[in-house]
Amino acid sequence: MSLDKEQVQHIAMLARLKLKPEEYAQSVEKLSRIVDFVDQLAAADTDGVVPMAHPLHATQRLRPDAVTDHDERDRFQQNAAAVSDGLYLVPKVIE
Amino acid sequence: MMKLHTQTLSELSAGLERREFTSVELTKALLDRIATHNDKLNVFVTITKDEALAAAERADAARARGDVGALNGLPIVHKDIFCTRGVKTSCGSRMLDNFISPYDATVVEKLAAAGAVVLGKTNMDEFAMGSSNETSFYGPVKNPWNLDCSPGGSSGGSSAAVAARFAPAATGTDTGGSIRQPAALTGTVGIKPTYGRVSRYGMIAFASSLDQAGVITRSAEDAARLLGVMAGFDERDSTSIDQPVPDYTAEIGRSIEGLRVGIVRQHFDAGLDEQTGVRVKEAIAALESMGATTVEVNLPSIDLSVPTYYVVAPAECSSNLSRFDGVRFGYRAKDPEDLLDLYCRSRGEGFGDEVKRRIMTGAYVLSAGYYDAYYLKAQQVRALIAEDFKRAFAEVDVIAGPTAPAPAFRLGDKVDDPIQMYLNDIYTIGANLAGLPAISVPCGFVDNLPVGLHLVGPHFAESDLLRCAHQYQLQTDFHRACPEAFQ
Repeated sequence: MSLDKEQVQHIAMLARLKLKPEEYAQSVEKLSRIVDFVDQLAAADTDGVVPMAHPLHATQRLRPDAVTDHDERDRFQQNAAAVSDGLYLVPKVIE
Repeated sequence: MMKLHTQTLSELSAGLERREFTSVELTKALLDRIATHNDKLNVFVTITKDEALAAAERADAARARGDVGALNGLPIVHKDIFCTRGVKTSCGSRMLDNFISPYDATVVEKLAAAGAVVLGKTNMDEFAMGSSNETSFYGPVKNPWNLDCSPGGSSGGSSAAVAARFAPAATGTDTGGSIRQPAALTGTVGIKPTYGRVSRYGMIAFASSLDQAGVITRSAEDAARLLGVMAGFDERDSTSIDQPVPDYTAEIGRSIEGLRVGIVRQHFDAGLDEQTGVRVKEAIAALESMGATTVEVNLPSIDLSVPTYYVVAPAECSSNLSRFDGVRFGYRAKDPEDLLDLYCRSRGEGFGDEVKRRIMTGAYVLSAGYYDAYYLKAQQVRALIAEDFKRAFAEVDVIAGPTAPAPAFRLGDKVDDPIQMYLNDIYTIGANLAGLPAISVPCGFVDNLPVGLHLVGPHFAESDLLRCAHQYQLQTDFHRACPEAFQ
């Protein structure tokens, strides 16, 4: 196994994913196989190759810094689980 | 009235024009068919019956006024990855099972403006991550050619809808083969255009440097028609390309006399099912008999396309899917202890196994100490692969080969082995990495299951791909074959 349980726990925390205890064994095994599989890239000779950033080498466009959208907060917040007075509610973060 | 569900988009368009039937009649006929047969296939996440009938009425009224759009009154279905205002847009995930989109994707908007009637939203692999439709929260779609088999993925609901004659055309998205592989496995046509050709605005993101929208139809002619409406610049997509859209339907009529077709030796190696290879070689011989010439081309780095993809795509996915936090939209875990618990449990409970696997793979290859060895390295190999294609397209107009290594596989066969599943896209991933347009065209059967011919072209060569596919379809009738249970 190229990854162990501690590493998978660390990755899951980085990704903000809570896994159930029974999911760990499976994740260690399958993620290890994926990592072993992509490890074959190490053998490729890429000296001096510029990493690809965009398939057509396009650059990001800029637009004038002007207001183009209107306020639709109420409609967008219909998809939120908990809102109040236009604010999204989350568990208390400051005591 | 004659059977409407067997007709192509182009045939239905002519029928509407001649007033042989109305859009409301056509829409009702297909909705009835869907109501009768959908349970066998699990094609739809949502059937938009009321919206469809209202759109059909508007289309008929527009026709009566003489005000007809390019797709006036023609029924289509959307992959459930395209945000549709007022309609559930699930992306095949529990995470978005409760999400009613507050806006339309550009693709949805453009097709509606052209008069298309949307019958429903099709099932798909969760967040488009899968090659069999088995990762969907709503259960797998079944292949109309054999109900024990997968219709491919991730656009499996769209491919099955077209193959089962629920609709003449469907939208799809393709990040590593998600339009072309399901098209091959269901005997339909699937085209993934050049990266940036079709707007990604409102198309739920998986891997943004690879994702591209396209169509699944029964004929290349229909694909040309639909793509012409969908393609074009959109200022709301920062990677949209500002280039004029050719009239694809006009371009496909020309002969392929003199077309240079490249053949890649590795595409016919041991990984390919022998009978599938025979069908594909017959198709290439047919292109030759129509005046095309074949040339062997070399893509030295193509063997690394799958491992390259499985670094780049998960990296981008882990970043894109960080927006699902249980706060603004989507699934939210019950009774969180604190904010971190809210994030971690909403994501842990809301995402399925394969999505979590890819998010973690992405988090790993981007994490401190591994970024250079994996992500940067993969982007370098990606540049080599793109270079390979560029060199090849100096010599040939298209590259032809198999779309998938074998015909449709049985549901359950590969679900426990991610690498086996990933290798299903071995012939299609290269086009995504290099941003190239590519199409799959039905080219025969093995054991009564369809086989697809894959054609890849240089950037913006959609016309050549559609023309080659259309000219081939004028000489063959594989695309007219209908699964027995869905005649």
